Amino acid sequence: MERLLAVSSSPHIHAPQDTRTIMAWVLAALAPAGLAGIYFFGFRAAAVMAVCIASCKISEYVWQKLAKQAITVGDLSAAVTGLLLAYNLPPTIPFWMAAVGSVFAIIVVKQFFGGIGCNIVNPALAGRAFMISSWPVPMTLWTLDGVSGATPLAMIKAGSMDNLPGLYDLFIGHVGGCIGETSAAALLLGFAILLYKGIISWHIPTVYIATVAVLTAIMGRPAGPLYEIMAGGLFLGAIFMATDYTTSPMTKKGQVIFALGCGILTSLIRTFGGYPEGVSYSILIMNLTVPLIDKFTKPRIFGEVKKHG
Amino acid sequence: MKLPSFWGGIHPPQKKDATADKKIERYLPKGELVFPMAQNLGVPCQPVVKKGDRVLMGQKLGDSEAFVSAPVLSSVSGTVKDIALRMTSAGIYEDCVIVENDNLYEKDPSWAPIENYAEADPKEYLKRIREAGIVGFGGATFPTAVKLSPPPDRVIRWLIVNGVECEPYINCDNRLMLEEPEKIAEGLSLLLRLFPEAQGVIGIENNKPYAIKTMQSVIAERGDSGISVVPLEVKYPQGAEKMLIEAVTKQEYIVTALPADVGCIILNVRTVHQIREAIAAGEPALTRIITVTGEAVAEPKNLLVPLGTSMREMIEFCGGFKEQPVKIISGGPMMGVSLRSIDIPVVKSTSGILALTASVAHLAPESACIRCGRCIEGCPMGLMPSVLNPLVLMRDYKGFEETGGMNCIECGSCSYVCPANRHLTQSFRDGKSTVMAMRRKAAVK
Repeated sequence: MERLLAVSSSPHIHAPQDTRTIMAWVLAALAPAGLAGIYFFGFRAAAVMAVCIASCKISEYVWQKLAKQAITVGDLSAAVTGLLLAYNLPPTIPFWMAAVGSVFAIIVVKQFFGGIGCNIVNPALAGRAFMISSWPVPMTLWTLDGVSGATPLAMIKAGSMDNLPGLYDLFIGHVGGCIGETSAAALLLGFAILLYKGIISWHIPTVYIATVAVLTAIMGRPAGPLYEIMAGGLFLGAIFMATDYTTSPMTKKGQVIFALGCGILTSLIRTFGGYPEGVSYSILIMNLTVPLIDKFTKPRIFGEVKKHG
Repeated sequence: MKLPSFWGGIHPPQKKDATADKKIERYLPKGELVFPMAQNLGVPCQPVVKKGDRVLMGQKLGDSEAFVSAPVLSSVSGTVKDIALRMTSAGIYEDCVIVENDNLYEKDPSWAPIENYAEADPKEYLKRIREAGIVGFGGATFPTAVKLSPPPDRVIRWLIVNGVECEPYINCDNRLMLEEPEKIAEGLSLLLRLFPEAQGVIGIENNKPYAIKTMQSVIAERGDSGISVVPLEVKYPQGAEKMLIEAVTKQEYIVTALPADVGCIILNVRTVHQIREAIAAGEPALTRIITVTGEAVAEPKNLLVPLGTSMREMIEFCGGFKEQPVKIISGGPMMGVSLRSIDIPVVKSTSGILALTASVAHLAPESACIRCGRCIEGCPMGLMPSVLNPLVLMRDYKGFEETGGMNCIECGSCSYVCPANRHLTQSFRDGKSTVMAMRRKAAVK
């Protein structure tokens, strides 16, 4: 007896990457920054990561169970959200706050809008924004080597340039800040992994970072463009948050426009805003422009002279 | 130097090694031969024989009065056993003429080379091409005589021979270029007599360096001045008509236009080869070169088989299955048709028989689109598959049309790269056929 054959519409073969492997590679690319965070901020940083990932995965599972939806926790996207949120938190954040922020990111920002692929802003960043407005003090409490202090960007904002850490410390991540944002070196390694595996293209990170470098130089920010791009959450934001598929434009042209917008907003907030840092809000605002950008950056259909749409 | 190509496209694994060096073997069928009457794009044939008739090799079994058609000829000599419904590669039962092979291979004596063919009136070629049942062997099966009769106001400047063979696994065109390059070159030079203003171009993907070299040296030996071989970038779907024209001529054309509108006619290498055989040797289209391969096949081979041969026989000739196949495909893995059974006949469009194992055949379920944009980058037509897919699923066929859905060439690039495994190409087939049905309905009213 011959086995029945599967019959389906072509194509009959498929590229090796699926959603889960993509998310797994994002997690792998985030690992160097996480290890740097643990190295500089201690094992509490690891505990915060664990709390965020677990809270995200559990809340996604519970939501999908209650809403009688297919369980998609296995695609690892909730784990990526959890890890990214943890990277955007101070190492001293109380665990329960980290857990509440994770639940907000997954339930309100992601699932309320339809789950993976449908959310309009980056869940981790929106979760962070929610936490900053809810608990402003614990969310801006920075410690390094057991001593409380300001982040380099906060020092620049306050005008205390004398205490500014050196460029080397900034590069390796030995400065005050969020768990996963301080080590430019580790984040660049992650960028290389993502590029090598074809998970993202160079467009968004490069354009975003270059725009900030050029604009902060033009605006005459005191620390100089090299310092400016390595300080704060720019590398983390440009490499891992602004490149989130769901909340960034689908075409390369659109991605360049999006990254330019992120860079302009970040430079403006850093220079003129009340916050020392501007990466999170820049990306969140630009997330909202994505449908518009997508509408105006459609590729040209083969053989047609004008753009469609 | 970057080789000529097109925008977009993908790079699936080639998987051609299993049969790339295998010489084309002749296979003679053991059992009965089944000839579906619908073997060409356009109007299907009607049987012109009756049950019990004795037929000769090369004799007409079916024909049609229509312009866009090509006759079906018997590939063996024998007796018409029946005219009945049989399953074809489309998975449906179609009208077929069934011939019992008498194994004598007695040829219809009316088949002979065109006298003094190199100097004959080229119009004779067109008549011969139709009578020989020649259609586009690349897979689309458009009647070749019709293709070679463009509207008189269209000047043909390029006669392009498609030796790209961008489908993974398949090697039938590659082998033909290696084994009978003179006949391809001669076929092309004969056809160029029909179009005095055209240059002949043989486009070959750069992953077939021996085929490129062989064709080049044959053309140099023959001294064909108006013919060139163009190596092309290895990228899928380089062999699609629009992509090949873009690569060779740097011209694009809209969905409603035809290659002739930009001065081009494209023919597959086997088609050109068969044209030469019909004109110069009096051999009509009775056979097909087929690559039988795939991870499940014991001894992959390139076979020359009479049309109408059962696929089961061919697979058995290739040692049967060494592993359990989950999917068997007529054609290549990107655009081929998956079969419900292997008890179906080889037809003019069969370029390969591919038996895929579970680890290769992609049977994963769909998940949600993550808007990664891979489909947009892969689409050679500049479409946005991730935008078109929900339009079809929501049955917004007007939106599908307005967003350019009718431009889809169904190459499968979007579905291949989609990490969410969305059935993009399948939905566009649905969208296109529904829009076409709606248009026909509107035209009737």
